[in-house]
Amino acid sequence: MSFNYLVLTCLAYVILLFFVASAAERSAARGRAGWLRSPLVYTLSLSVYCTAWTFYGAVGYAARSGLEFMTIYLGPTLVFVGWWVILRKLVRIGRENRVTSIADMISARYGKSNLLGAIVTLLCVAAGTPYIALQLQSIAQSFTVFATDPTGVELATDRNLIAFWVAAGLALFTIAFGTRNLDANEQHPGVVIAIAVEAVVKLLALIAVGVFAVWIVAAGPGDILTRIDAQALPEWQIQPGRWTGLILLSAIAIICLPRMFQVLVVENTNDQHLATASWAFPLYLFLMSLFVLPIAVVGLEVMPAGSNPDMFVLTLPLYLGQDGLALLSFLGGFSAATSMVIVASLALATMVSNHLVVPLWLKARASRNRDTGDMRLLVLSVRRLSIALVLGLGYVYYTITGGSAALAAIGLIAFVGVAQTLPALLGALFWRGASRTGAALGLTVGAALWVYTLFLPSFGPDVFLSAQLMEQGPFGLSWLRPYGLFGVNTLDPLLHALFWSLSLNALVFCVGSFVTFPSPIERVQAALFVDIFDRSGPARSWTRPVAEAEDLLPMAQRILGVSEAQAFFSAQAELQGKTGFLPDITPEFLDALELKLSGSVGAATAHAMLAQSVGTAVVSVEDLMAVASETAQIMEYSAQLEAKSEELSRTARKLREANEMLQKLSVQKDAFLSQISHELRTPMTSIRAFSEIMMDTDAMTPEERTHFAQIIHDESIRLTRLLDDLLDLSVLEHGQVQLNLGPVLLSDLIDKAITASNSVQGDRKFRMLRSRDGESVQIITDAGRMTQVFINILSNARKYCISDDPQMQIKVRRQAQLVEVDFIDNGAGIPRDKQALIFEKFSRLTDSMQAGGAGLGLAICREIMHNLGGDISYVPGQGGAAFRVSFPLDLSAHMSTPDSHDTTPAAAE
Amino acid sequence: MTPPRHSQFLARDSYRLRRLMDAVRLLPALGLLLFLLPLMRRTETTQTVVPPSSPGTPATAQEAVFLFLVWAGLVLAALLMSRGLRHALDVPTRADEADKPAPEE
Amino acid sequence: MGKRVLVIEDEPNISEALRFILRRDGWHVDVSADGADAMGALRRDPPDLLILDLMLPGLSGFEVLRVLRDAAQTRDLPVLMLTAKGHAADRVEAERLGVTRFMTKPFANAEVIAAVREMTQA
Repeated sequence: MSFNYLVLTCLAYVILLFFVASAAERSAARGRAGWLRSPLVYTLSLSVYCTAWTFYGAVGYAARSGLEFMTIYLGPTLVFVGWWVILRKLVRIGRENRVTSIADMISARYGKSNLLGAIVTLLCVAAGTPYIALQLQSIAQSFTVFATDPTGVELATDRNLIAFWVAAGLALFTIAFGTRNLDANEQHPGVVIAIAVEAVVKLLALIAVGVFAVWIVAAGPGDILTRIDAQALPEWQIQPGRWTGLILLSAIAIICLPRMFQVLVVENTNDQHLATASWAFPLYLFLMSLFVLPIAVVGLEVMPAGSNPDMFVLTLPLYLGQDGLALLSFLGGFSAATSMVIVASLALATMVSNHLVVPLWLKARASRNRDTGDMRLLVLSVRRLSIALVLGLGYVYYTITGGSAALAAIGLIAFVGVAQTLPALLGALFWRGASRTGAALGLTVGAALWVYTLFLPSFGPDVFLSAQLMEQGPFGLSWLRPYGLFGVNTLDPLLHALFWSLSLNALVFCVGSFVTFPSPIERVQAALFVDIFDRSGPARSWTRPVAEAEDLLPMAQRILGVSEAQAFFSAQAELQGKTGFLPDITPEFLDALELKLSGSVGAATAHAMLAQSVGTAVVSVEDLMAVASETAQIMEYSAQLEAKSEELSRTARKLREANEMLQKLSVQKDAFLSQISHELRTPMTSIRAFSEIMMDTDAMTPEERTHFAQIIHDESIRLTRLLDDLLDLSVLEHGQVQLNLGPVLLSDLIDKAITASNSVQGDRKFRMLRSRDGESVQIITDAGRMTQVFINILSNARKYCISDDPQMQIKVRRQAQLVEVDFIDNGAGIPRDKQALIFEKFSRLTDSMQAGGAGLGLAICREIMHNLGGDISYVPGQGGAAFRVSFPLDLSAHMSTPDSHDTTPAAAE
Repeated sequence: MTPPRHSQFLARDSYRLRRLMDAVRLLPALGLLLFLLPLMRRTETTQTVVPPSSPGTPATAQEAVFLFLVWAGLVLAALLMSRGLRHALDVPTRADEADKPAPEE
Repeated sequence: MGKRVLVIEDEPNISEALRFILRRDGWHVDVSADGADAMGALRRDPPDLLILDLMLPGLSGFEVLRVLRDAAQTRDLPVLMLTAKGHAADRVEAERLGVTRFMTKPFANAEVIAAVREMTQA
């Protein structure tokens, strides 16, 4: 089979995956992700557990050690059928806390500690890189198998080159579908669906080869069983230690492997999916394992001696001339390798960016300035770079070790590495007393022991550890030999490392937790994680409002993207019963925001960012202590009490708000009554005083008498006008006004208003600048009321415009169904600080006599305009006082539309 | 005439569900026990009867059949149990009722 | 008698009425419409009596009273405060600041005259 043909097949397959993934992304973006999020797809995506190591290596494993290969699948089977115990809790906690990776999970549980996140990340990268290299190796190897002609002469192919292109291509794919957007819940429908397709391909391929081996080469199951026993070697005897140890190890790995955590927890959308996977995933593993031993046995029988059993899945059909089957098998292996690399590099890159790069960057930036810049782009770029970095590391590892035999064991070595996170993870789920210090110490001890007793020695003698050290221990201390710690020499190296690293890890973790005190935030998180099923809702860690929503929105926009952040803020505001984009900064809101942000940048980073934005004194230790003990106490009682107290505090807050509102209204009402009293008593004082004078003064000149009578008369009129205004305002405010709608020419109204207002300070000559063309607009409105508004504005101008050459400019503008009339004089205008006040009742800017009114004019104008479906506003910066009156062209049409912004019931009739 | 027999149980369904939860917790332990069974095979020194296969060679085929049968049994048991347990996921048992809809859902 | 009274009142009609009835009772009446303007004259040459409106543009009646009571030469000046606002709290505040008499508008002319006489004789 030609090499080029093979490359083309691969390319076609990858393009197919690309197409499937982007179709999935598109339909997810349109919100039609239903079929993408089925339990079946979820189960299939879990098959990233089965890597090329499974696909090719299991047969080789079986050929060498008999049934031992099964342990790698029996462990996960036990974990899944017992899903109710661990997985259900893990998945629920992960989903509710928007956990982005296993490092994020551990970091979040132990007080959102970045240190722990970093340790777990480093550990996972160290364990994951060789594992990725193993996949690259298997792909390169399968290529060469195909490109070797039957005589056994290798064609000119450079394995490193193949590995390089595969790594580059996978990096591209992962970047394209893994970092398309910084999703709030860090889910990647495109990747998941591609993995699911690959899962089907690799299962079908393995079963096809198995069926071929059992029914075509052999004579069916019975025959195979006979052949198995015939082929059985003494080494196939099950070894109790390894058997038990490996079942345990693989059970741990299925929980702790970063790529498994990614598909199992991060991509999970629903508990129901886990319920299905509890039997369907063991079934998948069952089917993947069923034909492993038959293929191995047939391979051992048929293939020439010395053939590499690791490649039997591929070489057996090839040797027997089944090129099509071989190609399918090749694609199966390719699928297994690529799916693992994609998910692993995605998971590792998320951890590297969230727990190493971004925190460092934040720290560096915090010392320079506080502007966050575009976090979103930064995080995405870091994520992309990290993917390239992880794959690059894998490639470099592959070329350096040169596909040595050391790689074959790397799968189990990686398992032991990631298993170090188990104590901290289980502690996170089940033990409230587990502390950050304990977890950090345990992880460090476990990781160090793993590196020393398994990882470094795996490179072979004299690479990192000298042969002498391996033999005699460091400094001649034989009890420190990597394969024989503390004199335990008889164990299998893998089990030896597993035993010491995990048991000391757990011991240090427990003792560390016993002797240290957790921080308040740790205790809150602990309660939240461990009692996940007893209470819902996020942890309370923000106690009092310390930042403005205006400050938080821009920050959230940088991370979540503008539209999503705004949608989130307005949804939160709505939850609080407010409109607009700015919710109250309640602890609940801050928690929700932190949760949302942590979906993008991880819990620790989100906490740090919010802390930074909210100010230096984010949450004081006392606050946290209070919350922690309070929360802990409440949780001790019962979940219901918790819910009750939350409801109670919510009700209390509402009551407080209502009370404040009432008080405000009452203050306003008092001020209003006091004002009315003043405005009424003032003219009455003059009237009473002068009438008493006229009654009890005998000697009074006729001039005096006339003068006093005039004063009494004027003040009576003032009193009447005040009462009229008050009545008018009351009617307008309560919407009891009767509008007489009719068609009228705007210019006529303005003419009438100018004539009427000329009597005010009639000696002043005002120059009127008008545009007859603009004013010739036919409108339908209440002509009398509209004129009243115009008169008021014009009279005010006559009273207050201080210019020696006073002029009034009237501009009319039409915008669709809206008419705007601007009245601009050339006086001093209204000072900025008074502009907001002028439409309030009794808001006279100067003393009363000059104005000659009670200060109700503009308040009445505003009410009239609201009744007329429009508004009046002050327009600053026009070179004088400028009032803009806006109203609908046709009020009758305006009132019939239901979404008009009328404020009064009368106008909305 | 004997009166019709009434069940003394009030909440049969939730009682059944809780026992099912117990069962699913036990299932992995049972599975592990069975998976470890091949370790307890007879060896030459402990044999009291004639071994089925020639001494010295492991009974791999037999063990494989046993393991795969146990495996299939576990899958079947998990399938049946997960059907019952779905109800526990559908109707949250206790405080889960207070589960607020997540903002983005 | 020839005693002098200062009226600080921003409503011209009211101050005219006060001027008329006080002059008829034999007082020499000065009128000011603005508290701040009147302060200088009050300090330099305190009258025998002050009639003070509460709601004034610029300095309020309370503020004028406070300044007067702080200065030695006006500490004992009799002050009649008039207000058109109907707040009981205003009376309490005025008394706290040391007002001599407190009356609400509208007033009876005879009442004002009686109060003024009483205040200057005591």
